[in-house]
Amino acid sequence: MRYSALALLRHALTDNRSWTPAWREPTPKSAYDTIIVGGGGHGLATAHYLAKEHGLTDVAVVEKGWLGSGNVGRNTTIIRSNYLLPGNTPFYEHSMKLWEGLEQDINYNAMVSQRGVLNLFHSDSQRDAYARRGNAMRLAGVDAELLDAAQVRAMVPGLAMEGRRFPVKGGLLQRRGGTVRHDAVAWGYARAADQRGVDLLQNTEVTGIRIEAGRVLGVETTRGFIGAQRVGLAVAGNTSRVAAMAGLRLPIESHVLQAFVSEAVKPMIHTVVTYGAGHLYVSQSDKGGLVFGGDIDGYNSYAQRGNLPVVHDVMECAVQLFPAMSRLRTLRQWGGIMDMSMDGSPIIDRTPIDGLFLNCGWCYGGFKATPASGWCFAHTIATGQPHALNAAFRLDRFATGAVIDEKGAGAQANLH
Amino acid sequence: MRILCPYCGDRDAAEFTTIGSAPPPRPAPDAPMAEWHAFLHLRDNPAGLHAELWQHSQGCRQWLRVMRDTRSHAVAGAEACRS
Repeated sequence: MRYSALALLRHALTDNRSWTPAWREPTPKSAYDTIIVGGGGHGLATAHYLAKEHGLTDVAVVEKGWLGSGNVGRNTTIIRSNYLLPGNTPFYEHSMKLWEGLEQDINYNAMVSQRGVLNLFHSDSQRDAYARRGNAMRLAGVDAELLDAAQVRAMVPGLAMEGRRFPVKGGLLQRRGGTVRHDAVAWGYARAADQRGVDLLQNTEVTGIRIEAGRVLGVETTRGFIGAQRVGLAVAGNTSRVAAMAGLRLPIESHVLQAFVSEAVKPMIHTVVTYGAGHLYVSQSDKGGLVFGGDIDGYNSYAQRGNLPVVHDVMECAVQLFPAMSRLRTLRQWGGIMDMSMDGSPIIDRTPIDGLFLNCGWCYGGFKATPASGWCFAHTIATGQPHALNAAFRLDRFATGAVIDEKGAGAQANLH
Repeated sequence: MRILCPYCGDRDAAEFTTIGSAPPPRPAPDAPMAEWHAFLHLRDNPAGLHAELWQHSQGCRQWLRVMRDTRSHAVAGAEACRS
């Protein structure tokens, strides 16, 4: 079924009773050509691009819960490609271009809203650093503008600019950045992959990875063994646990990141604003709630919930930037489990086991990368070779020293 | 989350800072690169009991070796690193 204005009208006339499920509930086959473990944004995007770009449709996505039950529904919906390092910038810019054409590609309203991402700076040296990043972006063909304080004031009226410990001196703006309705990304990719023949196996937990003579044979699941020529892991915070089933020990720690939504208010912030002196990113959803988040809690966690010190810190940052937010009540708060890598950059690569591929290390920037991650992972799985866009995201870069450390924080996962 | 400091008693986690997993013994300076790579970068990252280092930075400033369950955040015990 294709969605269109006409279809909406037709279903409205029949009281919306004739909608059918957006994807099938298939029984697992005994074997597939390719199995993707993880039915989140990255896994579903991988399945879609495997089918669309590489003609591989004998594919199953194996998900332990329901589709999109992990981080694709737990983020703050921000998309951007404002990176400094050459290993990162082309990849994230490819992602941005895929976002720009996503809704036409998958015929699904993902509410891609290029409302801009504004990174505030608060000192001369920070201005220099942001100008350098903006220049690097423009050299790589990404849009970037350096705004002075007056331009920021005109763009975001509610900001507390002066008389503060950290006055706002300006900002680096990427106008093509913005937000996307995150659940719709998972559902849209799922539906598109399903229509091309991919089997989406929900409530099917992987309990083991069968390997013989250094080659993957398939996965053990709660619904029995499923054979496969190739297996790709896209399981975010559970990466270490699933990779351990294949005997791999990874440069990954799992950490909890919290996010928050306030009660709905009238239009107040019409772009994405990030705080350069603390750590806060905030935007306003179409329903009116302010969606915001800050740092990870800083300790290893698989609990999908955080603790009060970080709640306190995030709220303080929010009120420093937007004093009016002190009057708002928080409606919801939750946590997601981040696969923090040792240099803050992702891994999309082969593994030492033939036929086993790895997609992980997204830290807390995985959502914006969803389309390019799926696109590059599909390429890597289908051809057996990384694409030029993910060539730097190697698993062995920690051993060789070719790390991609945007923050320059070193091998300390909770600082990235 | 609360941590039972052997010096200060049961205190809120806000008083502590962590650097993560309690590291295995440091390799010898002339150990092969693979050993140093594993020491510096690779982690067990368990879902369950996890040994980690916390400093009571807003209290006695002692470094503690804490056993904590990463699924529930429950602290099973803490001992001073010096002991």
